[in-house]
Amino acid sequence: MLRIALLMLFRDKAKYIMLISGLTFCSLLMSQQAGVFCGIMMWTTATLRNISSPVWVVDAKVEQVNEVIPLRDIDVQRVRSLPGVAWAVPLFWGIVQARLPDGSFQAVQLTGLDSSSFTGRPAVMIEGRIEDLRLPNSVIVDQVALEKLERKGIDARIGTTFEINDQEARIVGICKTERSFLGQPYVYTTYERALQYMPTQRKMLAYVLAEPKPGVSPQEVVKQVNALPGLRAFDHQTFFRDTMIWYIKNTGIPVSFGTVVLMGIIVGIAIAGQTFYLFVHDNLRYLAALKAMGAGTAKLVSMVLLQAFSTGFIGYGLGLGLVSIFGNAVLRNGTPPFYMPWQVPVFVGVVIALICCFSAAIGVAKVARLEAAMVFK
Amino acid sequence: MSAHQPAVICRDVVKTYGKGEIAVHALKGVSFEARFGELLMIIGPSGCGKTTLLSVICGTLRADSGSIELFGKNISLMPDRELTAFRARYVGFIFQQFNLVPTLTARENVSIPRLLTGASYADAQRDAGAMLAQVGLAGREESFPSQMSGGQQQRVAISRAMVHQPRLVICDEPTASLDAAAGQRALDLLRDSARHPDRCVIVVTHDSRIFHYADRIVEMDDGLVTATQTASDYLRDHPHSPTPPKSHA
Repeated sequence: MLRIALLMLFRDKAKYIMLISGLTFCSLLMSQQAGVFCGIMMWTTATLRNISSPVWVVDAKVEQVNEVIPLRDIDVQRVRSLPGVAWAVPLFWGIVQARLPDGSFQAVQLTGLDSSSFTGRPAVMIEGRIEDLRLPNSVIVDQVALEKLERKGIDARIGTTFEINDQEARIVGICKTERSFLGQPYVYTTYERALQYMPTQRKMLAYVLAEPKPGVSPQEVVKQVNALPGLRAFDHQTFFRDTMIWYIKNTGIPVSFGTVVLMGIIVGIAIAGQTFYLFVHDNLRYLAALKAMGAGTAKLVSMVLLQAFSTGFIGYGLGLGLVSIFGNAVLRNGTPPFYMPWQVPVFVGVVIALICCFSAAIGVAKVARLEAAMVFK
Repeated sequence: MSAHQPAVICRDVVKTYGKGEIAVHALKGVSFEARFGELLMIIGPSGCGKTTLLSVICGTLRADSGSIELFGKNISLMPDRELTAFRARYVGFIFQQFNLVPTLTARENVSIPRLLTGASYADAQRDAGAMLAQVGLAGREESFPSQMSGGQQQRVAISRAMVHQPRLVICDEPTASLDAAAGQRALDLLRDSARHPDRCVIVVTHDSRIFHYADRIVEMDDGLVTATQTASDYLRDHPHSPTPPKSHA
């Protein structure tokens, strides 16, 4: 009888297509928006993923990685003096305007690495060597910078020069980085040169990157740093998590995406619920005939459940398939942000299952109340 | 079980819809019996309780009091689940509007009672095809109800009622949606099937053109059985009824 139930569903083409469309749209909207939301959240932590360090030391007021309150140079020594710290290096990070060869300006994220260890270096070099940063006026740019330059018709390659604060910057390497929330390209240089590029301020140190001694956990180092006045430390995972939580709490991003996801759920419920109700209602007479012929309520309910969940399953699959195509396209392009952790399909699957439960419940309620004798009326 | 033994015995069956002042007494103590090997017609004016009686006989509606025995089993005492299974196994239905599922082919519609009694899909399809061939619909197995005439649809409905070899066939106004010729053909099939010694066919109708097909006729009025007689006696007593065609006389 379950096969009969599926035939009844699949051959009622108008309602079947409507049901599948509604659930596909709902699945697509929810997973696509959730994917973009997760992508944005990942962008907010790009600096943490581009600059690897077990312990980040910042000003005591800092709450997330993209917030920079400069430290004093002496703070590097204060961190180095802690018993659990193996070594600590300064890191500069700041937004600065670069003047391109065509005279136009482009904001860049200038990152100054410790020149002896290059701690925080980009993980992947596409061209050139990190050690070339020791050459005069040298910088390493990421693929985002190349894209932006190409868009302006500038043939950027190793050897191309541009200006930062009227000082020459010569590209000696090209690296691959994770795109950031701010959208500006990363430009790597040495810490000392970064300070030369930037307008002089009293305090210019953005972060201190620290490594725990063997046998000491990052959390222990964090505790030791937090005991120092004016400083605060995060281990990598905590900084990552706190940054995302900060954006969730302090920006309208979750509300904006949450509203669209909610609309997807409402549209799914409205279309699927209403269409499935109509489907069951239109078939009520035949279901009553089946009941009279000896199909028990449990059998009829199982038929209705199968019909509801099979449409849900197909709609869910189609929706996720379309999102995969979208994701594949945007990941190649780099924008808009897109990241789909396993929790997204699970969440969307649960929501679709709930919509199917709601739709099926309407049908089941009608079937359960069905009087077989109505076929004689 | 041999012909002329009772297949259905109703004793003092009472059914009332609603309560208090709005109560409708549909059946007020109906007693009659239908025998194996016969085609019994229940006739009477609209609202006399024919359809309620039919529903009570086949167990789709519970009587308030009285007893209904099908093949020696008192279905009034059966739990719902058992009654549903009993109906699936032993009762065939032909509805006034046929109630063929429009999205299923003739073969799939006919296979449903076999599927309900636990047959595999392949077996049910095979039996349905054979049954359709018996009623002259070979070659139309894959047609949908909307692609068939009313008479053909009725023959599909008859096939569906017969495919699982039921002992009782219930027909509610089987000719109401058919022209005269299609109606005669449907009744021919029903009468032939009623000739089985282990089967009883009960037809509710007020189409006087088909009364002559009955072996016996039960007359009802106002929730009561007012007379039970053979079809020939009934037609003799009611000469205004249409004369049956010679081939069926």
